[in-house]
Amino acid sequence: MLRWRWTPWTALALAAAFPFLAATLDAQYLVRVGGVIGLFMILGLGLNFTLGYVGLFDLGFIAFYAIGAYTTAIAMRAGVPALLALGLAMVVTLAVRALLGLTILRLRGDYLAVVTMGFGEIARLTINNLDAFTNGPKGLQLAPWRPLNFLSDDPNIQYYLLILLAVAAGVVAAKRLENSRVGRAWVAIREDEIAARLSGIPVRHYKLLAFTISAAYAGLAGGLFAQWEQFVTPESFVFWESILVVSIVVLGGMGSIAGVLLGALVLVGFPPLMQWKLSADWINYRYLFFGLILVLVTLFRPQGILPSSRREAELTS
Amino acid sequence: MLIQQLVNALTLGAIYSLIALGYTLVYGILAMINFAHSEVLMLGAFMALGLAALLPAIFGTGVVGLVGMFILSMAGAGVINVLVERFAYRPLRHISRLAPLISAIGVSIILQNGVFLWISTQSLRFPEPVAIGQVPVFGATISTLQITILAAALILMGLLHFFVERTKLGKAMRACSDDIQTAGLMGINPDYIIALTFFIGGALGGAAGVLYGMNYGSIKYNLGFLPGAKAFTAAVLGGIGNIRGAVLGGFILGILEVLASGYIPNGAQWRDVIAFTVLIIVLLVRPSGLLGEKIAEKV
Repeated sequence: MLRWRWTPWTALALAAAFPFLAATLDAQYLVRVGGVIGLFMILGLGLNFTLGYVGLFDLGFIAFYAIGAYTTAIAMRAGVPALLALGLAMVVTLAVRALLGLTILRLRGDYLAVVTMGFGEIARLTINNLDAFTNGPKGLQLAPWRPLNFLSDDPNIQYYLLILLAVAAGVVAAKRLENSRVGRAWVAIREDEIAARLSGIPVRHYKLLAFTISAAYAGLAGGLFAQWEQFVTPESFVFWESILVVSIVVLGGMGSIAGVLLGALVLVGFPPLMQWKLSADWINYRYLFFGLILVLVTLFRPQGILPSSRREAELTS
Repeated sequence: MLIQQLVNALTLGAIYSLIALGYTLVYGILAMINFAHSEVLMLGAFMALGLAALLPAIFGTGVVGLVGMFILSMAGAGVINVLVERFAYRPLRHISRLAPLISAIGVSIILQNGVFLWISTQSLRFPEPVAIGQVPVFGATISTLQITILAAALILMGLLHFFVERTKLGKAMRACSDDIQTAGLMGINPDYIIALTFFIGGALGGAAGVLYGMNYGSIKYNLGFLPGAKAFTAAVLGGIGNIRGAVLGGFILGILEVLASGYIPNGAQWRDVIAFTVLIIVLLVRPSGLLGEKIAEKV
């Protein structure tokens, strides 16, 4: 079924129709959940470049979501038009990420993981403490931006569709990169760095490229998040969120776009879905079940729910 | 003032060091970050509280009761760590590097929510196991609690050092840490040594949890996360996989934090930023930590 060529279009059409269906079913709550799932799909697609394609372990990815959100918020408060603010968020996250990559990418494996974790905490605490720019823990408020008023009055539906559009664009961009010369170089680096270097691939450049491109996704997701919520606080960008994005990529299937999308759907969608469906007695159990899902899925499908077909082909042939 | 701050720093550093040892021992053998370690430390604290609350006549007061509480909580935390390894990590050991990590995150969430759901959602008061008195030393006042914490931590580190360096099992652990396959060929059972390592790491984490509870006077289901993350940082700072490195890293981090909050304006706000910045700078200068061996390039 997944190999069927219309699968992506069917999924997109269903996803686009979903908020209107939910409105008739009186389940507007699920539209909000869908929007959040979409934001994490974008984050997952972004981290997939770093973690899935080149295998660099990043535990502070949410910092770039935060930088994107705060750049958008500060720019819009200064009177920058919303779309331009989104673009600005992507540019700023790209620049910060490139600078970070230039300094830390020579670290290996888990050392890189710890340094990115440290950067994530530094970013969050700096946002929290720099009251002059970010208003500290009290957060920043934004004026509303409603570009899709002609489709629906409900801002949640508008942003759901906007995020869906961004997910689709992100998937197309990731797919094209994956099947390009650059994508093949990334896979070569992940599988065997030394062989890749000997084959004439400038390893450092390609690693930096993957690491940097990730940030554009996080910046976009952060910007959309800020515009949707019209409010940003440092609390939204804790370490746990970075872990969640890593789990989405690994559980979905590293290097697999469909896997990442499915990972976000399962991991982000599950707790609120339980909250929606279960009685009050059971609501508190949702994170326990979430943990169980992580363990059980990993034990039974350690390569991810939908591992990348290229990887699978490499392993079986 | 400085001496006072240094004592506070050493107390905090000792707790970080004990936790960092748990990370570094496991990493040394399996090259894996045991994300559930912070929950093992939290469970250690809850077990001590449980012992003191259920059997107040036996545990929690006097030297014997205190030592008994320590030993039982440490054993409990060690057993939990072994069980986690057996059921959540071992099946994934040879499959991929990241799969055990995700499984560990899952275990961590399960344990934390288990305590949240079935024990308490609130902070619980931790009993005062020693009568708190103040001892004046060089113009500073040191509480007996701090002395107890420091002494307990140092004794445990000494025992670990003795075990790893002077016993046959310790030798087997070092062999597995060097090269687990070759160690297996020499007649060492790697599964057994890995389980033993998880037991020791978990027991040290449990002890750290008890000390943490004594130091702050209250415990909560999510107490493990912050010291866990800090101690992991400390282990990396010292050179992950290196036992002396973990102790050094723990003390450096404790000292940095306390001095930053004490001597820099608004330091309490910025103390974690300072700690992480130092970590990044150290790793840029010494990419495998302060005492870590240089890792040869994979060929």
